[in-house]
Order: sequence, then C-alpha cells, then structure tokens
Amino acid sequence: MRAAGRALVVVILGFITLPAAVVAIAAFNDRALLSFPPQSLSLRWFVKAFSYRDFQAGFTNGLIVMLASSGIALVVGTAFAFALDRYRFVGRGLIESLLLAPLVVPHFTVGLGFLILAAQLGAMRSFAVVMVCHVVLVLPFVLRSVYISLRNLDRRLELAAESLGARPSRVMFTVTLPLLVPGLVSGWLFAAILSFNEFTASLFVTSQRTQTLPVAMYNYVREYADPTMAAMSLIFIVVTAMLLTIANAFFGLGKVLNVDHGR
Amino acid sequence: MSTMAAEGTSERLPASQPWNADTAVRLDGVTKRFGHTVALHDAWIKVTRGEFMTLLGPSGCGKTTLLNLVAGFLTSDSGEIFIEGALVTDVPTSERDIGMIFQNYALFPHMTVAANIAYGLKTRGIAREEIATRVAEMLSLMKLAGLEGRKPRELSGGQQQRVALARALVIRPKVLLMDEPFSALDKNLRASMQVEVKEIQRRLGVTTIFVTHDQSEALSLSDRIAVMSDGRIRQIDTPQRIYQQPADRFVASFIGEVAVLRGRLESTDGEVAIVTAGACRNTVAAEPLRALSPGAAVDLFVRPEHLRLVTESEPAAARGTVATHVYQGGHIDVYVDAAEAATGRVLVRVPGDAALGRAPVGACVGVATSGVSAVAFPPKG
Repeated sequence: MRAAGRALVVVILGFITLPAAVVAIAAFNDRALLSFPPQSLSLRWFVKAFSYRDFQAGFTNGLIVMLASSGIALVVGTAFAFALDRYRFVGRGLIESLLLAPLVVPHFTVGLGFLILAAQLGAMRSFAVVMVCHVVLVLPFVLRSVYISLRNLDRRLELAAESLGARPSRVMFTVTLPLLVPGLVSGWLFAAILSFNEFTASLFVTSQRTQTLPVAMYNYVREYADPTMAAMSLIFIVVTAMLLTIANAFFGLGKVLNVDHGR
Repeated sequence: MSTMAAEGTSERLPASQPWNADTAVRLDGVTKRFGHTVALHDAWIKVTRGEFMTLLGPSGCGKTTLLNLVAGFLTSDSGEIFIEGALVTDVPTSERDIGMIFQNYALFPHMTVAANIAYGLKTRGIAREEIATRVAEMLSLMKLAGLEGRKPRELSGGQQQRVALARALVIRPKVLLMDEPFSALDKNLRASMQVEVKEIQRRLGVTTIFVTHDQSEALSLSDRIAVMSDGRIRQIDTPQRIYQQPADRFVASFIGEVAVLRGRLESTDGEVAIVTAGACRNTVAAEPLRALSPGAAVDLFVRPEHLRLVTESEPAAARGTVATHVYQGGHIDVYVDAAEAATGRVLVRVPGDAALGRAPVGACVGVATSGVSAVAFPPKG
C-alpha cells in the first residue's frame, strides 16, 4: 500500500512537471522545429530569444508595467487592507467581496473594458492604460496578502507602543509596518509575477509600441514555430524561480507565501 | 466594624474635592457602556501613591475595562479620570505616562530586548547616552544582563515577563498597569515572579493597578483590593478586611472558601448583632442586617478555619455526615453534608490529621462556629 501511494505521488508530480520538462528539453533542440525529443542540442534559440528586437522591447515594457502596477497596487492595496481591517463603514462587505474575489471577472473582460475606455479617451497607445489595467488585475492579491497579515497582527503590540508614548505615526512606522513586511513583500511579489506573466488582458490594451513580453511571444508564435518560444519559457521559469529564491533567502518562503503564522 | 460598609463599598467624593497630594490615580463616577451592556457602572476609586491596588473579579466583571480606561485604550461615557492631579479623561494613551503590562507581554517581536526596553525612552526624545545608561540599569535590576541582544522569542516566559516589566518601568511611569500578567506562567514560576514583582514594586515605590481573577494572587500581593462584579465595585479594602469583613454576599463567596449556615437574628446592639445558628451564638457586624428585626432569618457566612467538628452530643450550628476528606499536609479539609446549611455541603478545615480517625467518612458529626469571626447577610431574594 505504501509503495503504491508513493508511486501515485511520483506519477502526479511527474504529470505536473511534464509540460515544463518537455518545453525545457525542446528549448535546446538544434533544429528549427518544435519536435520532441531533439536530435541534436544547441543554445542558438536562447541567443535568438535574447537578440530578437520585439522580445527585448517586450521585456523592457513588461518590466516598466510590472514595476509601476505592482508598486501602485502595493500602496492602494495596503490602504484598502487597513480600511477593511480597522474601520466599519457602509459597503464594507461589498468592497471586501469585490476585492477578494478576483476570479469572478475574467481577464479578457477587464482587458476589453479598458480597451473601450481607452478608445473613448483617445489613449489607445499609452502605457498608462496597460498599467491601470494591471493594477486592477493584481490589486486583490496585494490586498488579500496585507489583509491577512493585518488580521494576524496582535493589536496589543500597537497598544503597548502607545502606552510607551508613541503617537500614531510613530506606532505605524516602528511597529505596524515592520511587522507587516512579510505580508507586503508577499503581496508585492505575487503582483509583480502576475503582472509580468499577464497575457489575456494585455493583448487587448497593448499596442505594437507598448506590448509586454507575453504579447510579443504570442505575436511571434503566430508567425514562427521554432524553439525560440521554448527558450523564452525556460528563461521565464528560471527568472521567476530566482525571484522566489531571493525572497526566500531574505524572509523565508513560509512568511513570503503567508502560510507561516507561528510567532 | 461600623465603618466597614461606608469605607468599603465606595470612595465617592464631592466633585469639588481638592486633589489629595497622596493620590496617584482617581476615578470619579466613571461609566462605560458597550452598546446596551454596562461594562463599568459609576466607579469611584482612589489609588494612593505607591500603592498596589488589585482589581479582582470574575471574567466580565469590568476590571479590564477599568484598567483600559485608565490606560486610555477606551474612553469613558461619563465620569472623570485623574492621574497625578491631571485630568486625563480625554488625553490619548501616549501622553498619559503609564506603564502597561499585557497578559501576553506584547513584546515587539522584531526588536531585541535592549530595543524593546529603550522604546519608551526614544519616544520621549531622551539623549542616546542616557538611554544606554537607563537600559543598562533596568537590565541589571531585572536580572536580564547578557540577554540584551536576544529577540523576545528566544527568551523563556519568565524572562519575557521581566523584559515587559523593564520596558514599562524604565520610563518611570506615573502608574503601572498590569493585566493578568502571571496567567501565562506555570505554577512554580508564577509564585516566584509574584514575589519578584512585589519586591520591585515596593523598592521603586511605583503606584500599581493590577487586574486578576485569581483571589489568592490578589490576597498575597495587594495593599488594597477592589472586588468587582457585574460592572460594579463591591468593596475596596485591605486583603485582611476583604477576607474577614466582606461587604456583601458576593465578596464573601468570591474570596476564599466559605460555608453558609442558616441562622436567626436575636438582637442588635449598636454596631454588633447576635445571630444564632443551631445551638451556636455568634457576634457579627450589625451593618448588613440594619433592615431586619429580631427573629428574622439570616445567612451566616463562616470561613472553614473558623469551624470545628464536634460530637453528636455537643452543641452545634449544623449536623450532618462526613462526605469526604482532602488531606492537605498541615491540615485536612473535611466536607460535611449538612441539610441545614444553605450551601448543603460545609467545608471544615481541621489542623493536623486527627480528623481522619475521629470523623471517618460516613460518620455523623456536628459543626460548631467559634462565636466570632463570622459575617451575616439577609437571605437571598
């Protein structure tokens, strides 16, 4: 029974990692075909991925959009989280369910909505539309992460600081925010990764000038079917894994993913 | 004895009463409601400078509400609060110069022991050299030397408690507020921390308001105790007087063990009254019985150490059978089922261990009072 259970776990894990593994191997295929398994190996598709102009531009665009949208979402989401946790007001329940349920509205709906709005405002080709769109998409993740951290924060720590003579702003900067750092980092990291990977809504709101990396990849794959895409995928995976590893080294993955409530 | 009720149940003063230089904290008719629930009703209390005042009562009695009002974590609906002569009713916590010890200590988990202790000095803008000196003083006073670089989670419960005390005391607060600080400690550590806290409190002479639901803790630590229930202060008095001369039925039953015997009021003579229970005559304080006339039924409250076991032929206040013995080393607690007692079961504390042989389980015995050391109240309802 135990052996069967282990075998099942191995099969499931293998199944989950199968697509990534296939793509990773295909990326080193020397031939200009997405065939599997490869006949001979080379790094030429990585060279192409890095040197292709649209990918370079897409990477820069994606980075700009990611930094702006995750930054804005961090500030706005934190403010919302504080309001939801600390104050009771009319419509609080509605806001809570709206912001905490990002799965209800599909990404293409958000993209389409911003496309229509942008057309009305004549802002079709601006970065601002892409950034605002991404803020809307990633905000719930920041909000949820900070909100959970706030709920788990012992209010007596703030009362203790007050009793020691700290005024509200001092309590905020010396006690509340430092203790929220894991939640803030976790929320920001999720927002950044989601924004950088986001495709569906981005397809609607980006132009040739503002297209992000996933959109550039989509445009590439419509014209070519060589292993450059596989190389790009592998680069994506490695960069994301590196980000998480760095976060883990500084804060511990449990804290970053907000699953570690032990104090 | 006559002053007991007057002094015990209230510290009400005229509003114009000038500030007494010995008073550290004063509450004048403070009331706090949560929705329709009255958490604290018309509380009057005066805490003398350097005094260890305990707020004692069951959970939900309003003791923590009172403490939080003094701390400024809550604002009162009516009444005034003074600290060292200054009206602080509407002053925020950060301006009140208080030291607060929380049940879980609430040490800042992201700061070292030294940074925790220094926190209140930094908010006061004290020079760095002085902060270092005062933190070092506190570390040695609290036997924390060598631990200053540790984080709170690396400390034992007792050490965390000391850091919390050091952090609160280093700012030289006008009053130290403690909210059930020993409840998280195991029994042995609790006893030694109690002794330590009491010593430090006396040495520094810091006015202390201490909240607990543990009556033995209250009796052993306090200069005075305010017994509370249902949002009201029932009695404010020294531990001895709270124990020996409780102001009402609640205080008598909440503090220590007590047997309630049925008795009859014989006569009242000024400040004392004679109450008989069975064949025993008792001299009690007349104050709680003021409304009754001779012949009325009363309840007689007697502590277990003031009761004796007697044989069937001797005069007794109540008779019954021995239900069980609890051997306590220096004495034995004998539980007697007595139908005549209001509580049904009477606890008699017998010194030594002779009772084991003389009054075995199932034996018919009498329970006699000593004649003094009892209090009487009108029957319930």
